[in-house]
Amino acid sequence: MNIETARNIELPGGFAANPVIIKGEGAPVVYFHGPFGQEWDGFLDDLAAYRRVYAPAHAGAEQTEDLDQLDGLSDLVLYYDDLFDRLGLDRIDLIGHSFGGMVAAEYAATFRDRVRQLVLIDAMGLWRDDAPVADHLLVSPQALVKLLFHDPSKPEVAAKLAMPSEREAMNAAIVNRFGALASTSHFIHPIPERGLKRRLRRIKAETLVLWGAQDALVPPSYAAEFAELIPNARVEMIQGAGHVPQIEQRQLVSERLAKFLTDRPHPK
Amino acid sequence: MKTIWFHMQGYRDLPDDFRDRYESIWVTPPNDELCHSPEVAKYLHWNLDELEMADDLGFDGLGLNEHHQNGYGFPISPNMIATVLARRKSNAALVILGNTLPLYNPPIRVAEEFALLDCLSGGRLVAGFPVGSPMDTTGCYGIPPTQVRPRYYEAHDLITQAWTRPGPFAFNGRFNKLRYVNPWPKPLQKPHPPIWLAGGGSVETWKFATDHDYTYSYLSFMGHKYAKVLMDGYWDSVAKAGMDDNPYRAGFAQLVVVADTDAEAERIYLRHLRNFYSKSLYVAPHFGNVPGFMTKRSFEFQLSHRGASAFSFDFKPHEATWKQLVEDSRMVIGGSPDTVAAQIEEAVRNIRVGHLMVILQIQSMDPELTAYSSGLFAEKVLPKIKGIWDKEGYADRWWPQGATRNQPQLARLAAKVSNGEAKVQA
Repeated sequence: MNIETARNIELPGGFAANPVIIKGEGAPVVYFHGPFGQEWDGFLDDLAAYRRVYAPAHAGAEQTEDLDQLDGLSDLVLYYDDLFDRLGLDRIDLIGHSFGGMVAAEYAATFRDRVRQLVLIDAMGLWRDDAPVADHLLVSPQALVKLLFHDPSKPEVAAKLAMPSEREAMNAAIVNRFGALASTSHFIHPIPERGLKRRLRRIKAETLVLWGAQDALVPPSYAAEFAELIPNARVEMIQGAGHVPQIEQRQLVSERLAKFLTDRPHPK
Repeated sequence: MKTIWFHMQGYRDLPDDFRDRYESIWVTPPNDELCHSPEVAKYLHWNLDELEMADDLGFDGLGLNEHHQNGYGFPISPNMIATVLARRKSNAALVILGNTLPLYNPPIRVAEEFALLDCLSGGRLVAGFPVGSPMDTTGCYGIPPTQVRPRYYEAHDLITQAWTRPGPFAFNGRFNKLRYVNPWPKPLQKPHPPIWLAGGGSVETWKFATDHDYTYSYLSFMGHKYAKVLMDGYWDSVAKAGMDDNPYRAGFAQLVVVADTDAEAERIYLRHLRNFYSKSLYVAPHFGNVPGFMTKRSFEFQLSHRGASAFSFDFKPHEATWKQLVEDSRMVIGGSPDTVAAQIEEAVRNIRVGHLMVILQIQSMDPELTAYSSGLFAEKVLPKIKGIWDKEGYADRWWPQGATRNQPQLARLAAKVSNGEAKVQA
C-alpha cells in the first residue's frame, strides 16, 4: 500500500477520517477492497494510467468504535455516499472485490443513478446451499492461503503475502489486518448474505462480473448467479486464478477492465 | 474464604490421538465422531451425582458455567442443571458463572430463568454474567466479534433493570426492542442476586467490575503464578477506582488433586492432568483470537506488550511432568492434604482471592476417583483454608443471602426474610 498518496477525508457523523488512496487522471473510478484491508495492487496502477482511482479504506477499519453506528449494510451504503460527496464525486464507476464487491452491489442497487459502470470481482453477497461460501475469518493462516489462491507458489502471491520483517512495521501490518477483518466481519459474519439477491434487480449500471475460475472461497458458480440477477451484466472467467484474480492474473484482469471501461466513453 | 466445588462437565473419554486427528477441542470437533449420546447420558448423571456429593461434603457453593460445542466442557445450559440442584434441601450457594449474555435473544430470558432459580433455591443463586469466549460467541453462535461486547452491555442493562424497576416498562436498545418488560417472577434476593463477572483478563471487564462494584473471577487453568500479573492489574484498577482491597472482590479457578501423600497424588493423577492439558486446552488459535473481539486499541496494546509476561516455560502438555505441573509452575495444586492446604493459602494470598473455585473433577476422572479426591479435600483441606481472610475482617458482600452454610449470621437473617419479617439490602 502506498501511504504517501492516501488523503484523509473527513466525514460527517463523528466517523474517523477515511484515508482514501487517490491516483491518476481521468474519469473517476472507485475501488472497494476485500475483507483483508485497504490495498493498492498493481492492477490499480494499470487503471490509474487512464482513470482517476479512489481506493478508500473500509468503514470502521481505522476506529472500531465507528461500527457502533453502522448497523448493517444500509448504514454502510450511506457512509460511502457521504464519502463520495466529500470527495466531490458525482457519477462514478465502481469496482468491488470480494466483500467490497458485495458493498459495491448494495451501493449500486441503492443509488442506482450514481453508478455508471459496475465491476464485481469474486464478489460475496449471495449464498447457495449447494456451493457454500467458505469461512475466511475463523480459519488457520495455512488454510486461508489455499482458499484465496490457486497457485500460492507464484512470486506475485508470495509478494502479496509477505510481511514486513521489522517488528514495528510488522505490528502495524498486523493491526491493520485486525482492523480490516474486524470491521468487515461486522457486516457479514458468519455468512456473507444479507438479502442482496432481492435488490440486485434494481441495479442500472452496466455490469461486468469477473471471477477467478479456481476460486475456492466464493465458488465460480456465483458468477452466473450475479449475472442472472443484475439486469445488464455479463461474466468473464479468469483462468488460472483463485479468489484474487487481480493478483494471480494481473494482466488478464487489467485487459478485461480496460476493455469494459473504455468501451463506452465517459462523457466529458 | 469461600470454596466452591466447580464442575466443568467435560467429555471424559476423548481418543488418545485426538490432537492428531482434529484441529480444535472447541467449535468444530465433529459431534458424530466424538460425542456419543449414550456416553453423555451417563456423564450427565455422574455430573449431577458429583455435584450432589460436593453439596453433602460441605463445600460453600456449587459452581456451574456455560459453554458450547466443545469437549473440555459442554455445560450448555447451567440453568437446567442448577434447577436439579436447587430442589435439594441445602444451604450451599449455587454459583452459576454464568449465563453468556450475548447468546440470549432477547436476554430477558436470563432475567426470568435466574429469578426462577433464585426463588426455587431459596435465594442461594449467584448470577454470573460472563461476556463469553470468542469460541462460544463468534464460533458456535455466529455473533460478529465486534458485536459481542455491545450485546453484552445491553443485556446487562436490560436484565438489571428487569430485576430492579417496576414492570411493565419499555426497553429500547440497539439489539433489543421490548415494549413490555415485566418478568414473572423477580428474584427472591433483593435488590437482586449478587452479580459476578468472569473473564480471561481483559481490561474492559475489570473496569466494568469496578464501575458496578461487582466481583470479578479470573478463570484460567494456569495457576496463580501465571495469574499474578493479570490479577495485579485487576487490583490496580480496583485501587484506582478508590475501592477497598476486600479479597471477595476476586475469584479464581484452580485445578486441585488430593491423595494421602504427594507421591500417591502423582501416581494417581498425572495421567488425568496430562490428558486435560493436552486435549482440553487444545483450542485452535483462529477460534481463540478473533479480530474484533477486542477493540483495535486493546489489540494494539496487547501486541506491543507481547512477551512481557515474566512467566514462560517449555510446556508439552502430553508429556508434562508432575514437577512441571505442580512444583515449578503451580498450574495444578496437588499432593497430600497438608501440601494442598499450604499451596492454596500461598495462592489465594498471592493473588488476593476470596472466592476459590476448585476443580476436583478433571475431565477423564471417574466418579469414584472424583469422590476420593473431593472427600479428602473436604475432610482435611477445607477446615484449614476456610478461615483465610477471617482475621482481617473482610465481609463477603457478594454472597447470596440464602446460602447460609458456614454463615450463622446469614442463616438467622435468611429465616426472617423467608418469613417475611425482614428485607435484605445487598
